Amino acid sequence: MTEVEVDRLSKSFGAVRAVDHLSFTVRAGRVTGFLGPNGAGKTTTLRVLLGLVAPTSGTATIGGRRYSELTRPGRVVGAALEAASFHPGRTGLDHLRVYAPQVGVPDSRTHEVLALVGLSEVGGRRVGGYSLGMRQRLALATTLLGDPPVLLLDEPANGLDPEGIRWLRAFLRALAAEGRTVLVSSHVLSEVEQTVDDVVIISRGRLVHSSSLAELAGLTRPRVQVVSPDAAGLAALVARAGWTLAGPQRGGEAEVVDVPAAAVGAAAFAAGLELHQLATRDVGLEDVFLGLTGDAAGGPAGIAAGPVAAAASDPRGAPTEVGPEAAR
Amino acid sequence: MRATLVAEYRKLVTTRLWWILLAAMAAYVGFLAGVIAWTASRPEGLGGSGSAPLSVDETVRSVYTVGSSVGYVFPLVIGALAVASEFRHRTVTPTLLAEPRRTVFLLGKLAAGLGAGLVFGVVGTAVATGVGAAVLSATGSPTLLDQSATWRYVGLAVVAMALWALLGVGVGTVLTNQVAVVVVVLAWTQFVEPIARIALGATSWGGHLVAYLPGAASDALTGGSLYTAVASGPVLDWWAGLLVLLGYVAVLAIAGRLATLRRDIT
Repeated sequence: MTEVEVDRLSKSFGAVRAVDHLSFTVRAGRVTGFLGPNGAGKTTTLRVLLGLVAPTSGTATIGGRRYSELTRPGRVVGAALEAASFHPGRTGLDHLRVYAPQVGVPDSRTHEVLALVGLSEVGGRRVGGYSLGMRQRLALATTLLGDPPVLLLDEPANGLDPEGIRWLRAFLRALAAEGRTVLVSSHVLSEVEQTVDDVVIISRGRLVHSSSLAELAGLTRPRVQVVSPDAAGLAALVARAGWTLAGPQRGGEAEVVDVPAAAVGAAAFAAGLELHQLATRDVGLEDVFLGLTGDAAGGPAGIAAGPVAAAASDPRGAPTEVGPEAAR
Repeated sequence: MRATLVAEYRKLVTTRLWWILLAAMAAYVGFLAGVIAWTASRPEGLGGSGSAPLSVDETVRSVYTVGSSVGYVFPLVIGALAVASEFRHRTVTPTLLAEPRRTVFLLGKLAAGLGAGLVFGVVGTAVATGVGAAVLSATGSPTLLDQSATWRYVGLAVVAMALWALLGVGVGTVLTNQVAVVVVVLAWTQFVEPIARIALGATSWGGHLVAYLPGAASDALTGGSLYTAVASGPVLDWWAGLLVLLGYVAVLAIAGRLATLRRDIT
């Protein structure tokens, strides 16, 4: 079991703090989504993990060892950091043949990994003629050369068409099912929502959330939209019932959080309040994600009160660690 | 280290750059050797009006070593691009993932540069000697190919060109921007150093300084060229030229290791 562990990691580039006291663990046998908006520090964290960037403080280890301490790193970690790491004049197969000796595998393995990612047909063509999707597949093939137990993939779905994304999803699931540790970064939760078991969400270099995907889903809270011609009556009802609103009441319109629509309707009926609309609104995971990363500006106004909203208004605040009890 | 050498060898031969440069160098060097040999056979000889004509030995030497005295820019460029293209195409990331020890990375590049430089040296010198000797004998001039001294400086010209490729690796490690390194290499070899050698060489104090420039050291290694024959000023001993060139390689490689290769790869 090879775990990836980031412990109190910080990295500054001049005055810019790209990664700030970041800690999380990536478990084996699962696909972990490493999420955050662009510029959140995902790539920097991965580069520190891979020994390409020296941390300012803290550690990032793979199976308890730093990347530079691994004797044959290519047999332990397969990493793809950007889809552009190819010489355009070199063929796909030659690209793999360049790295095979240092990874420590025979040249026959290059054909195997090309077949694994479905590039056998075009292996003899120069990478300069590849589409972005083909480059992503070639990058993935490179990571698989050494059959490593740990895979670190930075935005692997970038440039893939819907069919490619479906293929990648099944592929990563299969790799995790073999017991591998798979970390996939993305700036869009929906892109990896159906792939990942766990999520690590960062924003501005800091951890804002770390849990299983199911527990993240537990953060979604039902919202009921209520519209009444009697704005004062509605406000009085909300105050009397002690409901939380998603945002300030706008005239006769309010969004009630954490109360089922039936309960809102019953209370309004009992209070003799006339309602023109009573509707349950679906708050998706993406909204939770955007709220957590403080990217909600311009999107739907504040997703909910409580810890999530607190994180939304202050992304540099304490991370929300959701335990099993909170999810129940 | 063996795996690194195989990887570096494959990097060199799996793109088209090496044979394009090799073919260009062969054509260029062959043309120059032919022109110099033919000019030398004219009654007025080499050396231009006013100055004394070159001796037979100097003429033949200028012809056979034109690969190292003029064509050296080709191994220099291939050495520099071996490193700079890794940064240009960002392949330095997978390269350092496969081999995180950056000193090993640098040593691999130097070894690959030496290998490529030897190939360029052998081809460049063979073309210069072949074409030059053919033109010399066609015009009735002595080829001096029966003298062991001739073969000695022909061999040293190969060594000089191999060192130029090593020097290129050093330059590329210090200056990783591909466009910048090509511009700097061309400007230095075609413009800055030739002018400095002539201008400073004409002064009483500059001559000793100029002798330590890389191009002058390379010419000293082969015992002199058209350049050293035409320009005045002192020429180093062959072994001193060798040491000066190696010194440049060492300084640049160490500087690259301490600067470029200590930096974050982002």
